[in-house]
Amino acid sequence: MVGIGCKKNNVEMPQTPITFAAPSNFPAPVYQFTDNTVSQAGFDLGHRLFYENALSIDNSTNCGSCHQQFAAFANLDHKVSHGVNNCFGTRNAPPLFNLVWQPNFMWDGGVHHIELSALNALVNPCEMANTLDNIVKTLSNKPPYPQLFKNAFGSTEINSQRLFKALTQFTGMMVSANSTYDKYIRKEKGGEFTSDELAGYALFKQKCNTCHSEPLFTNNSFTSNGLDINPKDAGREIITLAMADFGTFRVPTLRNIAVTSPYMHNGRFGTLDNVLKHYNSGVKNHNNLDAKLKQNGVLGIPLSATEQQQIISFLKTLTDNEFIHDPKFAELPQL
Amino acid sequence: MKPITIFKSLAFATLICTILSCKKNNNNEFTGLGKVNLEFDNMVGNQELELNTGAYINANGDDFKITTFKYRICNLTFNKADGSKTLIPESYLLIDAADEKTTLQTISDVPAGDYVSMDFVIGVDSLRNFAGAQTGALDPAKGMYWSWNTGYIFVMLEGTSSKSTAMDNMLMFHVGGAKAPDNTIRKVTLPFPTGGLRVRSNAKPEIHLYVDAGCLFKGNTNINFATLSGFMGGPNAVTVANNYAMGMFSVTHIHN
Ligand code: HEC
Ligand code: HEC
Repeated sequence: MVGIGCKKNNVEMPQTPITFAAPSNFPAPVYQFTDNTVSQAGFDLGHRLFYENALSIDNSTNCGSCHQQFAAFANLDHKVSHGVNNCFGTRNAPPLFNLVWQPNFMWDGGVHHIELSALNALVNPCEMANTLDNIVKTLSNKPPYPQLFKNAFGSTEINSQRLFKALTQFTGMMVSANSTYDKYIRKEKGGEFTSDELAGYALFKQKCNTCHSEPLFTNNSFTSNGLDINPKDAGREIITLAMADFGTFRVPTLRNIAVTSPYMHNGRFGTLDNVLKHYNSGVKNHNNLDAKLKQNGVLGIPLSATEQQQIISFLKTLTDNEFIHDPKFAELPQL
Repeated sequence: MKPITIFKSLAFATLICTILSCKKNNNNEFTGLGKVNLEFDNMVGNQELELNTGAYINANGDDFKITTFKYRICNLTFNKADGSKTLIPESYLLIDAADEKTTLQTISDVPAGDYVSMDFVIGVDSLRNFAGAQTGALDPAKGMYWSWNTGYIFVMLEGTSSKSTAMDNMLMFHVGGAKAPDNTIRKVTLPFPTGGLRVRSNAKPEIHLYVDAGCLFKGNTNINFATLSGFMGGPNAVTVANNYAMGMFSVTHIHN
């Protein structure tokens, strides 16, 4: 037997040890992986689980069914989500990335911790319709899961806490910060703006940035951008029970917006053209409409057709092609 | 390597023994850790709670039956006559009137000594309520959890009343919420009867608690089932939490 020191040097390391690193143009994340240090085994398990149909009650649906990588993990073409038994939900699946910077989750902010952000989908009768007890039982009897949990957490025990932590190691590592815009900001190669994009950026900073604030393109507030006079979905009010929150929703990020259509909590608009038209001429004077959208008695944000197109050009610089093609996050075949 | 480890743990054990024996020599000080049993006797007023069959009348005179009665308590603290307090770490309990295994709970690692009262929180403290994925009694797989509006349900009472105007005369009281203005976290202090609680390393005293489900509906505000037959958190949950904080729990006797 050789000494301890020798052994340490022989420990097998994965080729590229996986660690979380915040991009230089981002603030410090809200979730710091405290008590849930990312490991290759934990990330791999989370990756497997994200694409595992056995998490749904009828073995038909996985997280990736509604959160598709090519759509920056939003749900392309689905105004509202489509779960087990052909059940349609009431809200549009948001994209998933930069989640560790989010102080709360869902369109109404009802979920306040990333580790619990998967729970609703797992148990909602209109999404995966399962129970945690049943998921734990299924995985415990489905090799190689006990071994994968052992690799990640040190023993074959499976419980909901380990399930959530593993999923978080995967979803929390989804960082999108390599768009043309990011490279422009960081003055990196590939970060050149056309004159339209530059004009769009200038307009964006004047007209949109107060809500969709850089660098994450949201100020994380809940407000109304005037989609309806009588909102069908009470939004934030469901959580706070305050009438001032009726019909308000979280300001969504605009990163990767060109690939995440349809838009808004209910998938109201299919194109960015229609979103810009809405801000220019479609804003409704709903009771809780944000004051920034009715300045000087004018509803909405007046923008000429050219200005609208310039803003759209800028929004397209927010697409992070490296992220939406990153093999680390790619769909896995069922086991 | 092996001999070294054994040697080390031996040395460590000797060290601990030395410390312990030192302490033992102190007069009037009990040493070591003991266990305490908590027996929860679920009641409605002075009637025993019988799920589904028991018929009760609330303080407003409304009839009702109970189909579900569950509650969480946490941060158990045992208090001595000199005012010193011992918080039992990780004391998170979930009691379900339908599950006998949960109505008798054993608390381990209570420092030996004589105690005159206990404190606990009805619900789950704010720290854990806003933390990430939990396990044990706080595992959301155990229910008593809102997944769409993250947080634990602290007290759940479901049943029926002929006075309820809800579907099928349902009563559905889900108390929870850890944020102002609808914070329902409540702390209670329960004095022990004369003689107190004597924790020793070689004994297992048992505390008998009365848990009066009727207290949700009386106290500060008597509840009229015709106008309030249920809620999931919110301001009405605060009203009910204020009610039950006044007397839902009491210690009836202790077997030392
Ligand atoms: C049936 C479609 C569907 C499935 C399957 C699904 N989701 Fe979702 N997901 C949604 C919808 C819709 C929302 C938004 C819900 C809301 O706002 O009320 C959402 C929201 C989220 C959010 C919050 C994002 C944010 O920005 O607030 C996360 C994180 C998430 N899902 C992760 C997952 C994970 C992990 C899984 C697999 C365990 C999963 N989802 C499975 C449809 C789905
Ligand atoms: C007063 C705050 C506010 C301002 C200013 C604002 N937005 Fe929004 N934006 C929102 C909110 C809130 C939503 C989500 C509304 C909903 O779904 O009900 C939203 C949604 C969007 C969406 C859809 C995102 C998605 O993932 O579905 C786009 C695109 C968008 N805004 C672009 C813009 C542009 C471009 C501007 C400037 C011309 C702008 N917004 C100005 C608050 C604002």
